[in-house]
Amino acid sequence: MAIGSLLIANRGEIAVRIIRAARELGIRTVQAYSQADAESLAVRLADHAVEIGPPSAAKSYLNIEAILAAAQATGADAIHPGYGFLAENADFAEAVEAAGLTFVGPKGATIRLLGDKVAAREVAANAGIPTVPGSPGRIDDPQAARALAARIGFPILIKAAAGGGGRGIRVAADQAEFDRLAPQASVEARSAFGDGGIYIEKLIQRARHIEVQILGDGERVVHCFERECSLQRRRQKVWEEAPAVHLSDDIRRSLCAAAVALAQSVRYRGAGTLEFLYDVVSREFYFLEMNTRIQVEHPVSEFVTGIDLVREMLRIAQGEPLRLRQEDIALNGHAIECRINAEDPANDFMPGPGVVESLVVPGGPGVRFDTLLYPGYEIPPFYDSLLGKLIVWDDTRANALRRLEGALMELEISGVKTTKPLHQALVADEEVRTANIHTRFLEQWLERKALSLV
Amino acid sequence: MANKQVLSPLPGTFYRKPAPDQPPYKDVGDQVAVGDVIGLVEVMKSFHEVKADSAGKVTKFLVENEDPVMAGQPLVDLG
Repeated sequence: MAIGSLLIANRGEIAVRIIRAARELGIRTVQAYSQADAESLAVRLADHAVEIGPPSAAKSYLNIEAILAAAQATGADAIHPGYGFLAENADFAEAVEAAGLTFVGPKGATIRLLGDKVAAREVAANAGIPTVPGSPGRIDDPQAARALAARIGFPILIKAAAGGGGRGIRVAADQAEFDRLAPQASVEARSAFGDGGIYIEKLIQRARHIEVQILGDGERVVHCFERECSLQRRRQKVWEEAPAVHLSDDIRRSLCAAAVALAQSVRYRGAGTLEFLYDVVSREFYFLEMNTRIQVEHPVSEFVTGIDLVREMLRIAQGEPLRLRQEDIALNGHAIECRINAEDPANDFMPGPGVVESLVVPGGPGVRFDTLLYPGYEIPPFYDSLLGKLIVWDDTRANALRRLEGALMELEISGVKTTKPLHQALVADEEVRTANIHTRFLEQWLERKALSLV
Repeated sequence: MANKQVLSPLPGTFYRKPAPDQPPYKDVGDQVAVGDVIGLVEVMKSFHEVKADSAGKVTKFLVENEDPVMAGQPLVDLG
């Protein structure tokens, strides 16, 4: 059923992104906002805006009753959850549908299934997709552990089943070391936790984070190729690219096919992302989890495929079948996204809200800046520090890097500290330029460089 | 004599407890020494301790747990 009026139950740059996509489809937009966001760009751009509560997210953007009441009061017939907040809350998705409204996303049952780590691993196994090899649960029998370790292959992580926070973790490089360390780990676990059970898992020393974007209409699923998100700090992505570099066509094909097979097996509806760890050494990939929403870094996929993912989400939510066949989706050029956060990279990424005194947005071909900022805007302290995403596209990665360098130079945000200097240092870094990166690269790099980021 | 106060160093959300299931750092009537933590301010999802820069006895909390606060806003009166 066609959406006439869409309530956006989110804030920031993604709310702006959703408003634009909805507007282009002729859908009226209603922006839900907290008291702290009355002056937000999304509120300014939407056709209509409705307050849903105090600044605290728990009382506004996470308040299901307030959001449903706002939708009903404003005559919205659909709700887009964006990312974060209630986007992967199965109860919310079900409450929206129970209220007779359309939820722009998968069914609540799908969100619940894929949000459960053990269940999601099972879904992957049933679809024939590998997960990081390890013991399915605790192992108490040393002989069984020994046999499983040999089957998985070394190096192996040995963890206390009852442990946590990295305590009691050992790395065995080979079988002899495993035979020596596994009993030690068990004894130590028993004395520390009163439980000698251990858990073993393959150690992936040089891993890259690669994820596949998919779209499904509940019947058919297509992929929009992959993104590389290995540059992370404290498990937060900082810089993303599409496609992943140094990935052979064979592996790309099987990775994307695996993602489609998994999403197809749950008759996925909406936009989704399947995250994988890619072992650089063995060239194998392992399914980590599926995110059942639009992601922050979706624009890099949009640039290299020419598909407007948020528009497609809305079309799917209206009950339209997918308009795209897999053979229509081609990879073209290279895109890079830098997350511009209100954080001071020279001071341990201390977040700092404040007033944006002036703003100069970069432009030119292949440059996009998705942001919540406008000059004079007061950034509230209550939400995450993402101010905008600078995304560039060019025909090759080398050209995209050059374009990114220029765009970063053009970007000026005054009044608050931002992570722009971090990106300027990264774009100039030889290892980043040759894409010699992995998931621990950025934290190691920051230990050497943090003080020079001013 | 004017009351001594502890001011919020940052804008954000004020918390009186280290975690929801734990007791407050300080209650009315408690003695506070210089450097004692009296609460947390959450700014953009990162948490920062608020430390007293003068000593005294808590006579009043000027903001409630989970209230939004501005930088420089008084949080506690010390007698």
